[in-house]
Amino acid sequence: MHGLINRSIQCFVQDTYGAQAWQQVAEAAEVSPDGFEAMLRYDDVVTTNMLECLSERLSKPLDVLLEDLGTYLVANPRLEATRRLLRFGGEDFLEFLHSLEDLPGRARLAVPDLELPELEVREDGASCFRLVCNWRFPGACNLMSGILRAMADDYGALVVLDVEYGYRPYVRIELLDGAYAEGRQFDLARKTGAANA
Amino acid sequence: MPDRLILHPDAVARLMPLHLWLTPDGMIRQVGPTLQKLRPGIEMPGGEFDDLFDLRRPRDAGPIWRLGDGATMRVQLAFRGTSGTALKGLAIGLGKGRGVLINLSFGISVVDAVAQFGLTLGDFAATDLAVEMLYLVEAKTAVEAETRRLTQRLQLARIAAEEQAYTDTLTGLKNRRALQPVMARLLEQPAAFGVMHVDLDYFKEVNDTHGHAAGDHVLQQAAQILQQETRASDTVIRLGGDEFVLLLDGPMTMARMRAIAQRIIERLQEPIPFEGNLCRISASIGAALSSDYDHPEPEQLLHDADMALYASKRAGRARLSMANGQEQATAGWGTLG
Repeated sequence: MHGLINRSIQCFVQDTYGAQAWQQVAEAAEVSPDGFEAMLRYDDVVTTNMLECLSERLSKPLDVLLEDLGTYLVANPRLEATRRLLRFGGEDFLEFLHSLEDLPGRARLAVPDLELPELEVREDGASCFRLVCNWRFPGACNLMSGILRAMADDYGALVVLDVEYGYRPYVRIELLDGAYAEGRQFDLARKTGAANA
Repeated sequence: MPDRLILHPDAVARLMPLHLWLTPDGMIRQVGPTLQKLRPGIEMPGGEFDDLFDLRRPRDAGPIWRLGDGATMRVQLAFRGTSGTALKGLAIGLGKGRGVLINLSFGISVVDAVAQFGLTLGDFAATDLAVEMLYLVEAKTAVEAETRRLTQRLQLARIAAEEQAYTDTLTGLKNRRALQPVMARLLEQPAAFGVMHVDLDYFKEVNDTHGHAAGDHVLQQAAQILQQETRASDTVIRLGGDEFVLLLDGPMTMARMRAIAQRIIERLQEPIPFEGNLCRISASIGAALSSDYDHPEPEQLLHDADMALYASKRAGRARLSMANGQEQATAGWGTLG
């Protein structure tokens, strides 16, 4: 797994549950307490192991944790760069939704060895969509539903999101109102220092 | 099928938000909404092309609005009276008194333009890769910042590892690995420097009588004394066991080395208390001075200091001997018995 993803999980634990929680998870998962380097690669098992230890330590199911992680990636000011890069996808939530299929390709433009879930957006009626996620890791749909929830807030859109489990799990997205609220400011021009993750 | 494509001016504006439509006599007929955004105070339609724009390339093409039907020309424009944003694009003659259409883009200047004019995603044509470029610039900057942080951390770790590799863990002094680089540095300086080989006397007795813990304690105390009696620019190295080398930064003289050696021996002879016992040691010292050699070599200096040390031992310990044969008397320094 790419260090960026492991590092994100580490920051998520530190920022949400505190330094002590991270120390305990790191110890249980046999990860250095200093954590991960964002630009290095790690064995996949390190990530799955860490997530299992985290789930145990917090007594939270993995699904819920991954959804929280997704929301954190967008909503936390420390990761402003992620939110901004996602906002480049479109001017409103609908455009953003349609840009999701490009997301892994866009990510690879910036970090060639970063593997994100392969995403497929299908229209399911006028304002209903299915987001099918293909990843080597379980829980991609939960992670994406967390990201979508935070992005909807960011755009000021009112959406209902559900993860549908089954042979091919997907995220069901119902767009009730694309301009429900003000949404957060997004300037194409980056303010100096805003990209610090 | 009609053989001509007819577009409403609004459709042209949607397709090409950075377009200019000129009349056959050089007036601006219509401007794309994004292009108009770049000149907020000026109502462009109705104005003269030449008053508002500067055709930078091609320089001597003549009036661009006279392009014939279907003729095309690559152009580079800038707003007249500004040094900033140059726009590039293609002009095409529309024929039959319809004028000329110019479709423009920002090119590489898009990053600055976006910041300067507060452009948004909707200001660009759906086919324009400007937004992808902005995305890439931003992603690249973020990744670069992360890479720089990694490099900095690795650099600090390297310095720490190097420091550790050169450090003797028991005493905190430098270890024998530091000998070579420090000698090399001293040799590069013109001033004479000193090499002192120090061997603790009666250390084996301390170890045998009071145990290894006492021995370690004595080594730590001795290391502290050696460091206190030398300057920050000098280097104190523990070669191993109870052997030390002092590299004394220049300009060094024999008289100064004599004084330093005397102080060291005096202080090392003060009994060192350890767990209720008093440990007594002294030191034999051999010294060499780089200015005694025409071509000072590290090995030679160390070897001669070592030989002088053995001369001190043979002469009864607790004394300094110089490599150039000037053996120092021990009078007044006292010896242990």
